[in-house]
Amino acid sequence: MNTSTLEIEEKKVNKTEIIPGAEAVLKCLVEEGVDTIFGYPGGAIMPVYDSLYSYADKLNHILSRHEQGAIHAAQGYARASGKVGVCFATSGPGATNLITGITDAMIDSTPLVCITGQVASHLLGSDAFQETDIIGISMPVTKWNFQVTGAEEIPEAIAQAFYIAKSGRPGPVLIDITKDAQQKTLDFSYAPCKRVRSYHPYPELKDEPLRAAAKLINEAKKPYILFGQGVILSGAEGELKNFIEKTGIPAASTLLGLSAFSTKHPLYVGYTGMHGNYGPNVKTNECDVFIAIGMRFDDRVTGDVNTYAAQAKVIHIELDPAEINKNIKVDVAINGDAKQALQALTQLVNQNSHEDWVEEFHECDRIEMEKAIKKSIDPEGAQITMAEVVHKLSVFTKGKSLIVTDVGQHQMMASRYYKFDEYKSHITSGGLGTMGFCLPAAIGAKIGAPERQVIGIVGDGGFQMTLQELGLIMQYEVGVKILILNNEFLGMVRQWQQLFFDRRYSFTKMQNPDFIKLAASYNIPALQISDRSKLEDGFRSWLEPEGPGLLEIIVEKEENVFPMVPSGSCVSKIRLE
Amino acid sequence: MKQKEYTISILTEDKPGLLNKITIIFNRRKINIASLNVSTTEVAGVSRYTLVVSLTPEEVKKIVKQIRKVVDVLGSFYYQENEVYYREIALYKFSVDMYKNNKELEQLIRNHGAKVMAIEGDQVVIEKTGSKQETHELYDALQPFDLMEFVRSGRIALSKSKRRTEAFIRELETSNSNALSIKEF
Repeated sequence: MNTSTLEIEEKKVNKTEIIPGAEAVLKCLVEEGVDTIFGYPGGAIMPVYDSLYSYADKLNHILSRHEQGAIHAAQGYARASGKVGVCFATSGPGATNLITGITDAMIDSTPLVCITGQVASHLLGSDAFQETDIIGISMPVTKWNFQVTGAEEIPEAIAQAFYIAKSGRPGPVLIDITKDAQQKTLDFSYAPCKRVRSYHPYPELKDEPLRAAAKLINEAKKPYILFGQGVILSGAEGELKNFIEKTGIPAASTLLGLSAFSTKHPLYVGYTGMHGNYGPNVKTNECDVFIAIGMRFDDRVTGDVNTYAAQAKVIHIELDPAEINKNIKVDVAINGDAKQALQALTQLVNQNSHEDWVEEFHECDRIEMEKAIKKSIDPEGAQITMAEVVHKLSVFTKGKSLIVTDVGQHQMMASRYYKFDEYKSHITSGGLGTMGFCLPAAIGAKIGAPERQVIGIVGDGGFQMTLQELGLIMQYEVGVKILILNNEFLGMVRQWQQLFFDRRYSFTKMQNPDFIKLAASYNIPALQISDRSKLEDGFRSWLEPEGPGLLEIIVEKEENVFPMVPSGSCVSKIRLE
Repeated sequence: MKQKEYTISILTEDKPGLLNKITIIFNRRKINIASLNVSTTEVAGVSRYTLVVSLTPEEVKKIVKQIRKVVDVLGSFYYQENEVYYREIALYKFSVDMYKNNKELEQLIRNHGAKVMAIEGDQVVIEKTGSKQETHELYDALQPFDLMEFVRSGRIALSKSKRRTEAFIRELETSNSNALSIKEF
């Protein structure tokens, strides 16, 4: 070896530099392809924020108004962009304010990397100012967490954090970094994490269950597909469509599966669960083969598990082995990624059609239309209904908008009446049911998918839980459209009080501020509508201009969401009215 | 469904915080852990957790899979009583006078397969290994002799399978599938 090649070799090896831990954090993020961070500074994370001052050209930091706003925005960003959402917060209250969002991301499988500052390592455990054991607190609600107390640990911890957050079934990861680790220097070099020996995110597909599933599907007379968010997370929308079209099997969606498959497809038979459509709920208990794809049999989907699809052979395509046989006993478990599993399974199944069986779903649709939908979307009363607004919005936007919802009646109306015709167009807090999710998540979604029209649909209750994040729309000129459906009630709780608690409306009535004036104080164009005849024009003046806009619609106070499967009931005993 | 006593054996990376990550999975379901032991294994950097819990067959399968999901858990297995070799150790403390003044005590200890671990100052400590039932029988037998203190360890257990920890870890390192580690041994 001559001296010049030796020098080159040496340069390669010495491709390191001495920098503070705080800067290393940012370099790691840049290496991971991060360009957007949502966060809020404070004492223990100040070194990182100080370094961030010189990274403004590489990293776009969005300052929320509350850490909960930052994390929900990071969730919306991650779900709209498909990238890992990144969130900064300080120690103590900063870190604890992230917990709701972390929990939400955990249960809805959203990839996040949260970086929290921590008191200096010599103060750990001493009840120092703004010290909290965030590692202990976040343990049950993170996919992985880790405390860094030495600057030299930073690159490996962050590399592992990104790998774990985004691989397999995604989820939130928290890295807690003591202030001294941010301040001390390290010899920086970065290598992305490719493997953790205890963690195998992608199980190998096995032939045997695939063949068993294909046999059941090929012999089935009344097969039925229920797909969930797993399809979106694995990017399997094309594979799902091929599978459905080849087998001719009617397919329904879970709440989080919405927009994985066009609602306009002739084999799409609706959405399932507590406020889902009549057909898929009733037919769950009539089908002979039930094919669950990338979903986890949440109790809001199954109702009474003992009667749920009890007559059917159940096939479960699922990445997370802990979800298999957790709530519903399955006959064939295909443990693997939805995209791969559907590709393989589609090869093994016969071209088929089930016209008479699909027609049974359409018959159910007619019953639902007659008994529930018609009076919701075309009400007799003078007041506008939530269902009517969503239905008309869906028509107005041709089902092409990215819809972000909060939690409650408006959420169920949106999932029922927005006819999604664009892939990956629905973001909601499903598993955790976090009120206050919508506004920050919609802001994050718009930042993550600026080319999309992002509409946040929220109730008057949920809006007031995180309304401070209107400041983000103003400061960063986020062109998100907000729709408040105002019934001056915590509507879903009120509905349950009406149906199950003898109309005792205990603390569900709300006196609200003037949302239009509120929006005006943030320089957000806003409009209030209470008259049905003004709806269409209202949509136009709200949605057509570039930039943000808020539309408040005064809706019927005591509207109920129907159909409904009462909590814990058999799904085929769904109430239509 | 009826509950049974299971031994849960977990192989993990030797890292701080893991004990907590494992126990909260039981805590969430309000399951009482009857005993717990953490030890090293014959493989450097790998720890073994041994827990004893009473669960239904359904519950134990779900719990073991949820434990396996924790990053840094290498393997998680459950066994019924006849599938493991297991032991607990118990210590019993008396005053020296009590021990000296009761000749039948020595016989009793021998009959139970126990032994004197230490005689120091005015105290005697007896040691007995065996099943929980065996150490408890000795406890009952010693009660009349003014037992000063009693303690029993958590169960330690080795499965009767032919698996070697080292081979298991090696397979884990080379395999892409996690099916291996959730397989019921």
